[in-house]
Amino acid sequence: MTTQRIVLPHKKFRGWGLRLLILAVYLYVGVLVLAPITALVNGALQNGLPSFLAALNTPEFWQSFSLSLQIALGVVVIQAILGSITAWVIVRHSFRGKALFNAVIDVPFAISPVVVGYMLLLVFGRNGMLNPVLSALDFQVAFALPGIFLATLFVSLPFMVREMIPVIQNLDRAQELAASTLGASRWTTFWRVIFPGLRTALLYGVALTMARAMGEFGAVLVIGGGVQGRTATTTMYIFHALEERQYVEAYTAAIVLGLGSVLIVSLADLLRHRTQH
Amino acid sequence: MKAVLPRSRRKERSPELGLRTASFTFILVMVLIPLAVIIQDGFKEGLAEFWRQVSLPVAAHAIYLTLWTSALMTIINATMGLLTAFIMVRYSFPGKGILNAIIDLPLAIPTLVTGVMLVILYGPQQALGQFLGQELGFQVIFAPPGIVLALLFITFPFVVRTIQPVLLELDRQQEHAAATLGAGRLTIFRRIIFPALALPTFSGSLLSFARAVGEFGAVVIVAGNIPFKSQTAAVYVLGAVESENRLAASAISIVLIAISLAVILFTNHLLGRRRGA
Repeated sequence: MTTQRIVLPHKKFRGWGLRLLILAVYLYVGVLVLAPITALVNGALQNGLPSFLAALNTPEFWQSFSLSLQIALGVVVIQAILGSITAWVIVRHSFRGKALFNAVIDVPFAISPVVVGYMLLLVFGRNGMLNPVLSALDFQVAFALPGIFLATLFVSLPFMVREMIPVIQNLDRAQELAASTLGASRWTTFWRVIFPGLRTALLYGVALTMARAMGEFGAVLVIGGGVQGRTATTTMYIFHALEERQYVEAYTAAIVLGLGSVLIVSLADLLRHRTQH
Repeated sequence: MKAVLPRSRRKERSPELGLRTASFTFILVMVLIPLAVIIQDGFKEGLAEFWRQVSLPVAAHAIYLTLWTSALMTIINATMGLLTAFIMVRYSFPGKGILNAIIDLPLAIPTLVTGVMLVILYGPQQALGQFLGQELGFQVIFAPPGIVLALLFITFPFVVRTIQPVLLELDRQQEHAAATLGAGRLTIFRRIIFPALALPTFSGSLLSFARAVGEFGAVVIVAGNIPFKSQTAAVYVLGAVESENRLAASAISIVLIAISLAVILFTNHLLGRRRGA
């Protein structure tokens, strides 16, 4: 970042007014963000460390966690490929209805997850549009893994595309032109000239998609139904544990899930800052 | 530096066409077909039946509650987001780096986990919740204040992160000139800084509103499912899906989709499609 800083001569602004404003922001962030996080840690440890560790050691939790991880990894691979292609098409191609196409990308960001799950149910469910085809093939989507996978794919769609668009816009096209003038094939140009410029954004998009996919709940609840074990993701595990008043189990799983997501995103953030400077 | 290639040279060659086909198919299958199916389903019994479902007292109240809690959140978020972004960009104070990291936390934390955290902090069995509820008569959990808090937590980064880059690039010479001409701090903020920040503040707020209207994971935990009191539109849709009330589920889903789409299209229009084309 190169921002030109002009120091105003008599505006040091170190009075009480500024201190009050900063205090207000600290209070706001403290009450809004930090207090709930502290409460969660406190809640998980309410019966002491041993019961926290016991909750961490249940096979149901690890089953649900590994299922969430597998789904998220699959979703990330698809988004990394198709999301990047979509970003590329939006930036580099011109076609009619592009503005609308661009707006459609944001739809999953704003549509309620419950509605997402319900839409998929209308397409793939028992009374759904595709039901005749699916039952003929004996392929179950709703209340099964494919449904959960599709729901997660839907809600995480905008992240990769939105991360890639500004980076593709800033690519230096003269370099691509130079490469092809020097006889490089399209494939070589992509790997040697285009891809290196996209790598960091790709990594960050992967992290955001991953965090979003691991944490999806509403859509998965509706389409997955949540049969314990087979289709229970980590969020469903937390929801069921809460309903059964197994609070320490629920809070412990919530800590692992929250910490995992924060770690993934922070790691990508760190990498991004390192490559920028 | 951008090199503009002559358009005529870019006759669509087959690999590019393949990319476009892949991305169109992806968006069509993932977003447009489910949208079309749900809209067709909601209006299947005609406009009168759609309207009857939406105007049922329970449904209408759920929509009303969703809208006013989201609107209240948006106002608070816009004010505090603007203040936070402003002091973060313009001043240095102890703990600024940590504050900057904390602002991103809600982006990574799954919304279900957010709900769990708020229930632990403000729940009726907890010390703070008990104090607020019994001493002050202010119920947070299973009531609208909890919904507003959850929405504030989730959308906090949106406004801050939209304003920050604009504020960084703001030309400070104008402020300097105004100060030289004898303008006070308040006048400078009102006449120079605020007009430049009005658009990003507004668009960031709209984005958080669109996101809030559909929010489910945090709200279902914090607000529960009490009709006429704490049942939001998304939670109402879940109930309708579970009781196989297809007409109600489709109708309210369409209302939610319409609100989100309208807000997103309006925001894109305001920003002059800067993000895409």
